[in-house]
Amino acid sequence: MAAITLTDIQKRYPDGFHAVKGVSLDIADGEFVILVGPSGCGKSTLLRMIVGLEDISEGELTIGGERVNERAPRDRHLAMVFQNYALYPHLTVFENIAFPLRLTKGQFTEEQIREKVSFAAKTLELQDHLDRKPANLSGGQRQRVAMGRAIVREAQAFLFDEPLSNLDAKLRGQMRTEIARMQRRLGTTTVYVTHDQTEAMTLGDRVAVLRKGELQQVASPRALYEHPVNLFVAGFIGSPPMNFLPGEVSGDVLRLPIADVPISAALRQRLGDRRLVIVGIRPEHFEDGAVASRQNREGGVTFHADVDVTEWLGSDLFAYIPFETNPQVAGKLEELDRDLDGEGLRTQLVVALASDSRVRDGDDAELWFDAGKILVFDPETGDNLTFDADQARTLDEQNEQDRKASLERAHAREQKQQARTA
Amino acid sequence: MSTMSTRLKVGWAVITVLVLLYALFPVASIVATSFKLPSELNTGTFLPSQWTWTNYNEILGPEGSARDLFLPSLRNSIGISLIATGIAVVLATLAAYAIARLDFRGKRLILTTALGVSIFPVISIVTPLFNLWRNIGLYDTWLGLIIPYLSLTLPISIWTLAAFFRQIPWELEQAAQVDGATSWQAFRKAIVPLAAPGVFTTALIAFFIAWNDFVYGISLTSTSRARPVPAALAFFTGASQFEEPTGAISAAAVIVTIPVVILVMLFQRQIVAGLTQGAVKG
Repeated sequence: MAAITLTDIQKRYPDGFHAVKGVSLDIADGEFVILVGPSGCGKSTLLRMIVGLEDISEGELTIGGERVNERAPRDRHLAMVFQNYALYPHLTVFENIAFPLRLTKGQFTEEQIREKVSFAAKTLELQDHLDRKPANLSGGQRQRVAMGRAIVREAQAFLFDEPLSNLDAKLRGQMRTEIARMQRRLGTTTVYVTHDQTEAMTLGDRVAVLRKGELQQVASPRALYEHPVNLFVAGFIGSPPMNFLPGEVSGDVLRLPIADVPISAALRQRLGDRRLVIVGIRPEHFEDGAVASRQNREGGVTFHADVDVTEWLGSDLFAYIPFETNPQVAGKLEELDRDLDGEGLRTQLVVALASDSRVRDGDDAELWFDAGKILVFDPETGDNLTFDADQARTLDEQNEQDRKASLERAHAREQKQQARTA
Repeated sequence: MSTMSTRLKVGWAVITVLVLLYALFPVASIVATSFKLPSELNTGTFLPSQWTWTNYNEILGPEGSARDLFLPSLRNSIGISLIATGIAVVLATLAAYAIARLDFRGKRLILTTALGVSIFPVISIVTPLFNLWRNIGLYDTWLGLIIPYLSLTLPISIWTLAAFFRQIPWELEQAAQVDGATSWQAFRKAIVPLAAPGVFTTALIAFFIAWNDFVYGISLTSTSRARPVPAALAFFTGASQFEEPTGAISAAAVIVTIPVVILVMLFQRQIVAGLTQGAVKG
């Protein structure tokens, strides 16, 4: 187990493509870090550079304090789980898991190998399948064998390359919790690449968001969600995604296509002399006007809008409201949509209402949103003007404390269990 | 539905039996003929009235008249086919590996050329080869047959192996390297076991092509120095000029079929591919 440090890592391919542009990242010992971003953002390349399957063009990579840029994969002592598992089809499950141990030649006796493999098999509930070949296993079982191969190594760190993307939705959820449990239990430094933001938010102690080879923000999931540093991070994190509206500064109000929002003193200061901004509002910060007034919620703005489509999901009701965007920010928003692998269809607002709301499609509904929770972005640079660094840092610190506490709890539980079996 | 499926089953069984009869009847006939006395050849019965080893004695026994014709040719056939197969498999493996894994200019050209060579009619190059071989001293030598056999076996070997190698999940090599293997270990422990069935199958196909060749065998040889079995059979004569050599030819045909059957039996398991299934999600 070891800390991993990336210092200004660059990757240029021979054809001139600049895939990773100066990424610096400190991964603490035992930390679970997620690399996330849309396709082609360089996250997999970065992971493959850490494990040694791609050369590092520039920059320095250290594992456990030692520079490993020039070392072969086998000398870095990392364990990796590939997207398509990469199990050895001619070996049984037992031999697949034992494979890394057998390569060490003579370091382990047959007895020790059997012990380690059966420990890994027990952890992953694979005991009944040890004599089978990978071809006869289900997707989830293959995934667990691949993880078993990583566990037995007692490697410096685990690296996962989109490990769940080949599984169906239900299994993905199960395996996600399985990975989280395993990581807490073993306390091994873990780097996990995904494009799925649910995985990113639920698994990560810290999440690193990448865009076109550049690191955008590294923060705890909550800080990322509540205090995104720019338009890209705000749009990428969250499902359904954040709504972006053009906002015109007009006297004391910020004029949105749907309503006017009063400008507070703090906001006024951050706006500077900008006339036009992009305003981000998360779908869940909207509410049915009737519900909001019943709950006496304050600090909000009420408005009327034509509802185009509604989707009732049991826990929420999503309503879609088309709006006319401002041509001056349309270009920026389209570019953002492309970056996020979007289809650039229509400009519409997604609002999440309480599931007992009576709003239906075709209604002229009265809606409400929390004016205190809106984010304001610069239309040129995409920077979050309302970014609160202190708040974000506080959230990160809380998160770090939670992580340490949960590691300790997992450790204590482990020892208790060992004491009981002994 | 169930009556239908029973009828279908019976139908398929009948068809299978017919196909088997069609395919195996000539073989059975040759085996039966090989055990007949020369005097019985024209009696018109399928089975010999009296089973005899006379014909096998003819070609293998110390006193056999066809022995000097058959045994050297058997040695030639085995030697030439094995060497041609060995060279073809080694060259084809290297070529197919490059084609499957590397991107280089002229890749398509190599594949198309290989295909072109393999569809070129053998009979049209035999005469020029005959003249050329006589001039440069390759006529009636092992090498003189091995080279044309390579032209037959290499293209098909390259094609089958390239197709096979493309299916191998090369990510396994990287996985093995991360697991702590050296490049060589990764190749030997992760890739070779997967490539072996393909190489075996290709070797077998190449061997049969060389083993079965008749046109080159009869045109480019003149003595027992290099003449392979299929060509030698044409030179069999009866014990006297009034006897047909059919019995001896049948016996020789049975003998040369045996190695083929043994090879298929031995490598049956390796031939059955599908070993790569489950390595990665398809």
